Amino acid sequence: MEFGPILSSLRRNKVGAALIALQIAVTLAVLCNALFIIQQQTALSRATSGVQDEASVFIITNRWIGDAGNVAAREQADLAALRALPQIADATVSNDHPLGGPVMVELITLRPDNPRSGTGAMVYEVDDHAINTLGLRLISGRNFRPDEVISRNGVGEHQAALGGVIVTQAVARALDPRGNVLGQRALIIPDGTTAPIIGVVDKLQSTPFAGNSPFAAQSMLLPYRTVESQVFYLVRTKPGQLTAGTTAARNELYRVSRRRIIVGIQSLTDARRDVYRGDRGVALIMGVVCAILLGVTAFGIIGLTSYWVSQRQRQIGIRRTLGATRGTILRYFQSENLLIAAAGAVLGILLALGANLWILRSIALARLPWIYLFVGAIAVLALGQLAVLWPALRASSVPPAIAARSA
Amino acid sequence: MFGYYFKLALRSLRRNLVLTGLMVIAIGVGIGASMTMLTIYRAASGDPIPQKSAVLFVPQIDNFGPQPNAPPNQDFLPQDLTYMDAMALMRAHLGLRQAAMYATTQSITPPNAAQDPLEGYVRATYSDFFSMFDVPFEYGGPWGKAEDDTHASVVVLTRPFNDLLFDGMNSVGRMLTIGDKPYRVIGVLDDWHPSPRFYDLGQDSFTGTDQLFLPFTRAIDQQMSTSGNLNCDRAGPGSGWDGLLHSNCIWIHFWVELSTASGVSKYRTFLHDYAAAQRQSGRFNWPPHVALRDVVEWLTYNHVVPVAVGTLTSVSFAILFVCLINATGLMLAKFMARSGGVGVRRALGATRPAIFAQCLVEAGVIGLVGGLVGVGLTKIGLVSCRSVLPPDLSILTRLQGADVLIAVAVAIAVTLVAGLYPTWRATQVHPAAQLKTL
Repeated sequence: MEFGPILSSLRRNKVGAALIALQIAVTLAVLCNALFIIQQQTALSRATSGVQDEASVFIITNRWIGDAGNVAAREQADLAALRALPQIADATVSNDHPLGGPVMVELITLRPDNPRSGTGAMVYEVDDHAINTLGLRLISGRNFRPDEVISRNGVGEHQAALGGVIVTQAVARALDPRGNVLGQRALIIPDGTTAPIIGVVDKLQSTPFAGNSPFAAQSMLLPYRTVESQVFYLVRTKPGQLTAGTTAARNELYRVSRRRIIVGIQSLTDARRDVYRGDRGVALIMGVVCAILLGVTAFGIIGLTSYWVSQRQRQIGIRRTLGATRGTILRYFQSENLLIAAAGAVLGILLALGANLWILRSIALARLPWIYLFVGAIAVLALGQLAVLWPALRASSVPPAIAARSA
Repeated sequence: MFGYYFKLALRSLRRNLVLTGLMVIAIGVGIGASMTMLTIYRAASGDPIPQKSAVLFVPQIDNFGPQPNAPPNQDFLPQDLTYMDAMALMRAHLGLRQAAMYATTQSITPPNAAQDPLEGYVRATYSDFFSMFDVPFEYGGPWGKAEDDTHASVVVLTRPFNDLLFDGMNSVGRMLTIGDKPYRVIGVLDDWHPSPRFYDLGQDSFTGTDQLFLPFTRAIDQQMSTSGNLNCDRAGPGSGWDGLLHSNCIWIHFWVELSTASGVSKYRTFLHDYAAAQRQSGRFNWPPHVALRDVVEWLTYNHVVPVAVGTLTSVSFAILFVCLINATGLMLAKFMARSGGVGVRRALGATRPAIFAQCLVEAGVIGLVGGLVGVGLTKIGLVSCRSVLPPDLSILTRLQGADVLIAVAVAIAVTLVAGLYPTWRATQVHPAAQLKTL
């Protein structure tokens, strides 16, 4: 295809061509960044929490009414009752859960002389049933022994020493680049508690609010029986018994004591859906926005090219008379659009990078990978070709006689 | 003349319905997308208490000391106060009104034994809270200074909570069990939803879940622990409730009303002197570092607008931009296709300004129709956004009457701008050249 005649005819239609190129540029810039944001947001909501088979685990938020006198004993009674239910595999009590529970962070360090060498970690106060209930994968070391679990009455109360602490692999790596922490004595600040690291689990999400920062994987398990007016019972049902298990658990807890409020019973699957609702919503809106943008740009191309076709009917007629085939005319308009779209894509890539820099400053997003620019550019070029197809086909069907008629 | 141009515009728009439709849809989609996100953005960034936002202030005191790794552009002042500092500010009593406050969650046992006990979101605060924030009452009223001082067992309910517990009846004087102690209802609020909930920007700051209010002094007596943020330094929260009260942990919000400029500067001096005195007593070993921010400054400082909303808003304006370029292109095509007609009008004596006016009126009509389409799309957009976004991102996003006018006005304005170049091109038509081709 000869680009010479296309260029010289575009020179007579500078503004129209520039308008199409500009549309394509902005569309490409938004498309790349939007696709990237969609990818990031959905990746977050799909990231594993470290809990095996979330669909079999549910959370009971329990609040005692009135004076929480012998809460420790009441919790033990609840747990014993829950574990005895036929639908339930195991249960534990905690101050938290990995899909939207409260955020409680403490510092863990191996060097008491230099606390800044430590790292922040989400605190899970749990008993010896936690690893089994959540299905955490212990990659080295051991679980808590029942006699290591002690009661903790509120944040203010803490021990000088604990039987052990279990950390996630991310914490282990933060403390020691080789992750060689098993058996070392750690200091937990501000509690001032020391404990040997007795186990390392593969993964346990700290909190969804950490997004994709390294902190998202930094958690530690402390052998505390949380004694507070509000706690979470984490319960694993036997496979496929989630619904039966939740109903049985609710009835059983009320049978044990009515002096409580069951603030909520929710499966981890539902908790995940709720906590990432915003991320999915944003991704969905971004997707719709992209579709709208592509549609608007496509119609813009169709409209303007149709006008050019009608404007150039005589010239097309002349070319047909001089022997140009329909295919030649079709290819002429396709090539013309390719040229404009390519110019737009180059400008668009620059705009996309600029927009990404700007977004980087406002959201903690990573740098836009090249693949997005590449895919985005291909997409807008293809869009241009598709959009121009209809007006180009109309152009190719202009009869040669038109040239003779008005000359 | 305008009426005539208007008629001409309608006729011309009817002549090429496809092109006209494309232009109207382009403007409509652009306006719809940008108005949708702008409405959400405005709801998220609005001034929650416009009548008083300039006289309400949050004091901040640096009780943690300089942070070694703090980025230079952030002041890293603590967001809340320790109990001790909050009490010192209450005792100083330097503002027209002031209130320390915190949120706590308590079990509530309704007086009606048939109703199950439930969880209640309680705000512990001082009597000035209600007058300082212009809180409206449906029944009864706030407690007074006397109840603050006597640590009285009184409670104020929000309207939805009163509906839940007392079927919306006047419950003043009725008793309610909070924790396991009885409280007397002293007032019921009328509808009051400052959004964002500026006085406590913790969790749910857009949905604002406070249900009951009771005296701060009483809540401290009852050792009601905070359900908001509790941040401590290395020293930790100490041992037990008393340890927490004397600790360096921050968890109390504090607001003060200062109605004059001199009052504000006096308060600043006071905060500075207070921090200096803490340094002298050996509690702080760093120079005084304090701040006093009003409502709008406080919201900006805390980046209250969710980042996602900001991003979506800028993206929606990119759509509007693309739509306008699109409309410009289409108008160019439309006006140039009519060069013949313009040539005739020029030959019959129409001046360039007349042609200019005629084309602009046509652009304005497109803008008007596009704006109306845009308002419809905005309504659809808001409903869709509400259904996929969590409430804290999309609350209070109703389209108001004024918005419809704004949308249409913006649509006409941007279409006129987009139409400027095509219009100018139309006025450049040479009558002779056009007449020859007819």
